[in-house]
Amino acid sequence: MAIEAHEIEALIRASFPDAQITITDLAGDGKHYAAEVVDESFRGKNRVQQQRAVYAALNGKMDGPDGQLHALALTTKIPD
Amino acid sequence: MTDARTQIQQALDENDVVLFMKGTREMPQCGFSSRVAGVLNYMNVAYRDVNVLADDAVRQGIKDYSDWPTIPQLYVKGEFIGGCDIITEMTLSGELDQLFDQKEIAYNKEAADKIREANA
Repeated sequence: MAIEAHEIEALIRASFPDAQITITDLAGDGKHYAAEVVDESFRGKNRVQQQRAVYAALNGKMDGPDGQLHALALTTKIPD
Repeated sequence: MTDARTQIQQALDENDVVLFMKGTREMPQCGFSSRVAGVLNYMNVAYRDVNVLADDAVRQGIKDYSDWPTIPQLYVKGEFIGGCDIITEMTLSGELDQLFDQKEIAYNKEAADKIREANA
């Protein structure tokens, strides 16, 4: 089971409509991605809180050993 | 269920720094776990490694405990600090040093500076 970059972006976009989202396929196997999410709503939150919000947006896609997404290197930022 | 939770709580109660990881500190079995263990090893931090691959109940239990979906997970004095990406960022920004200073965790400051030099 794999997932497409645009599907990941769509999932994140649903929770962060105004975010700047960059998805990079790290291994070319549809399972290892990097995501950078820049959003105003992160202001005032620590990194754990920011990333937890992004994980929540992924709707369990990373859950369990059979999760579609094996690895997502996540970077969250507040817009400059 | 409660058994895994008890094991997790015990590990956190008995150790100032705990890394839940895939594999062991000597033989990590995932690149992300390897990176965090490598930082702690290099900075000479005393920590307990818990291999989640050895016990499925702990593997799921720690995700429920922290409401965090991925392994590795680093805890300092019982507090969840972050996964691989957060620890990497904190190492490079010096925030990890600050955290260890605040929480009175011994580490090799010179080694931490060397990591930053190498990644500058």
